Amino acid sequence: MPLSVCLSVRLPAEQLPAPPFKNGAKLSIDRSTMQNIHASQVRPPFYRDERVLGIFSQVLVVVIVLGLGLFFFSNMISGLREKHSVPISFSFLGQAAGFDIGESLIDYSRERTYLRAFVVGLLNTFQVAILGIVFATALGILIGVMRLSANFLVSRVAAVYIDIFRNIPLLVLLIFWAQGVFLKLPRVAEAIVLPGPIFLSNRGVAIPWGIPTDSWPTYLLVLAAGIILGAVVAYFLREQGKRTGRMPLVTLWFLVTVAAVGLVGWIVLPQPMNIDQPFLEGFNTQGGKILSQQFMALLSGLIIYTAAFIAEVVRAGIQSVSKGQREAATALGLSPAQTLRLVIFPQALRVIIPPLTSQYLNLTKNSSLAIAIGYPDLFAVAGNTILNQTGREIEMFTMIMGTYLSLSLLTSFLMNVYNRRIRLVER
Amino acid sequence: MTTAAETSSDRSVLPITERYRLLGWLRRNLFSDAFNSILTLVALVFLFFVARNLLRWAFATAEWGVIPANFNLIMRGQYPATEAWRLWLVIYLLGAVVGVTWRLISGQFSGVARLLLTIPFFLMLIPFFSMGTRLNLFITAVASAAGYYIEGYLPIQRRGRAAVYFILAYLVIMLLLLRGVGAEDGPMPPVSPILWGGLLLSLLLAFFGITLSFPLGVALALGRQSQLPAIRVMSVIYIEFIRGVPLISLLFMGQVMLQLFLPDGFPLVDRVLRALVAITLFSAAYTAENVRGGLQSIPRGQYEAAQALGLSAYQSTINIILPQALRAVIPVLVGQFISLFKDTTLVALVGIFDLLGIARTILANPDWLGTHQEVYAIIAVLFWIFSYSMSYASRRLERRLGVGVR
Repeated sequence: MPLSVCLSVRLPAEQLPAPPFKNGAKLSIDRSTMQNIHASQVRPPFYRDERVLGIFSQVLVVVIVLGLGLFFFSNMISGLREKHSVPISFSFLGQAAGFDIGESLIDYSRERTYLRAFVVGLLNTFQVAILGIVFATALGILIGVMRLSANFLVSRVAAVYIDIFRNIPLLVLLIFWAQGVFLKLPRVAEAIVLPGPIFLSNRGVAIPWGIPTDSWPTYLLVLAAGIILGAVVAYFLREQGKRTGRMPLVTLWFLVTVAAVGLVGWIVLPQPMNIDQPFLEGFNTQGGKILSQQFMALLSGLIIYTAAFIAEVVRAGIQSVSKGQREAATALGLSPAQTLRLVIFPQALRVIIPPLTSQYLNLTKNSSLAIAIGYPDLFAVAGNTILNQTGREIEMFTMIMGTYLSLSLLTSFLMNVYNRRIRLVER
Repeated sequence: MTTAAETSSDRSVLPITERYRLLGWLRRNLFSDAFNSILTLVALVFLFFVARNLLRWAFATAEWGVIPANFNLIMRGQYPATEAWRLWLVIYLLGAVVGVTWRLISGQFSGVARLLLTIPFFLMLIPFFSMGTRLNLFITAVASAAGYYIEGYLPIQRRGRAAVYFILAYLVIMLLLLRGVGAEDGPMPPVSPILWGGLLLSLLLAFFGITLSFPLGVALALGRQSQLPAIRVMSVIYIEFIRGVPLISLLFMGQVMLQLFLPDGFPLVDRVLRALVAITLFSAAYTAENVRGGLQSIPRGQYEAAQALGLSAYQSTINIILPQALRAVIPVLVGQFISLFKDTTLVALVGIFDLLGIARTILANPDWLGTHQEVYAIIAVLFWIFSYSMSYASRRLERRLGVGVR
């Protein structure tokens, strides 16, 4: 019966519920109706009882999932028995790897173990991911702010950048970058020289690099002292700000202190670091540091691609601060710079942090595409070379996925902590 | 002008920048102050150099001969040329599906529908297409117009149902046509998915990836929101695990390990199917998170009202909660579809000849040595066209549904 018909049926007068709070007699009627309801509410049969059904469905799902898992696992073990004498074992990690890795942050040669090779890949992934995150954030913020510029042309340039790079696959971009750009750079003798000097050639990118001298460890101590001094200064400035209600530029003074100590140390100590500049010699560059083509292609591809996404995140964050906030700040007499620093930015940051976290995670995971352009990152070393040499699928995939998973969980944990700190504290 | 201003001093004359709209616009948007003017000049110089180098490359340096020579490969991979008519049939029917769907959601001949109908005509203008290809494109346009008008003749109440049946029938027919039925020497010999390739395979992987992962994703999202702890924990573990690892590792795992999981003597699963399994499992976790966003946006009152009306948990989920939740996340799901479409390029790394895989085979051919820039640029443009039109359509849909406005 439709609901409207139901409602239009007139109930007999004695069945109408009594209006409450009239007198004691009415109250007693109320009580009796309640008891009636209670009496009619007998437990439903077990096959319709929500609690029983809930437990039953959970048991069912767990049994199905465990059953499937066991089925797959037993198939896998019997399959593996035909290949290896011991189905699952990590002991092969101690054996000599026997393959070379193009670039490594730590000492590595083909005599070292598989475990060492794995760590080399992991560090290479870290290197690309950290540099990528720093540069992509800088470029992304720049483009996001450009997108909001009052200047029509600047805003359009940013919009076109965002629309182009958000809509082409990263892998195509990376391969284009590696094979269409970095591979086609001129030979060393005709290298493109950028100020610095930076040499771009088909052997990679040579940049100036510092070589630490004997006084370097002492200089590091001086720097550490500078940071401590900066922290003390920042603490007193903050206390003063709390007392007077006028917060000074704490971060700026902190940086100034550290920089001042660093500068004094650099002058006083006898040359803590020599700047080694690359130069051409015959058919090669000498000196400096040479960043490989693959590394540069991967890094620049990741930066260009992720910056487009970060720009959108930044734009959305800034636009999420309501217009009234800006107007109120102007009405209070804050300068545009103060408005941005004290009003817009802290509020935008709350909106920006969560999607920014997932962009950082995406960049880290996307760095696994290095395998397509020959950069020896974690996945290329472990998922390809080691896996092909040893045939230990289960062990290698466990290690790879475990590593990426813990990286992801760690990053999102840290960002959540930060997010909680800057969160709007509500009543 | 100046004389007029001098003679009638009572009539105020606007400054020159306000008298002409173009000048006023330029002043406001490009030269409002010194800083802004500098920005404009810098941007102009930047644009000039980019445009000059790009045009110089596109019209002078680049050798585009590689594209027409390999056009069939790029479009359909190794799909046999003798069976190409089946692909055209699939495309005609797709045109009809588009026509029918558009009639259904627009109601009148809107601008976008007109634009969609002109796409085949634009494609006919591509210089290196043969007459046969042009004829086929023309038939596609006719088919979509026919779909549009035939749907219009149906009574309004029956249009929705007719369209759904038509689309379901289309999916079955499409698979039958692509895969082939009957004997090896019959009229429609089977074509193994290994031979599918190029744009055809990229689109198919994206389409089946999203349609297969969608129900799984919705189930996982409901599981994550469930009151039942065992189901919730398992959903959370699945979602977080998949989202924590890169797709490439799942794809490799699918290629290497899927067969290990299956019992001995199980028929060999082909590469494409293995990749599809990995893509589906991967995409489901992301769908689940997006749908969860929609579920969380539903106010508690909706659940309580459904309960008060005496709806069971199942009824309220299907009839009350999910329709609202999914409607709220349509734009996000379109975004996910776009990224899935882009992610299908990863299958090229496990030996499948999708658009990117085909590009790599073309470049391995000694005849086309050194044409990396041209081939990858075309591949990127093809992906860009599809992704951008999807995101454009989703933005229009978003505005139309008023998501986020209400």
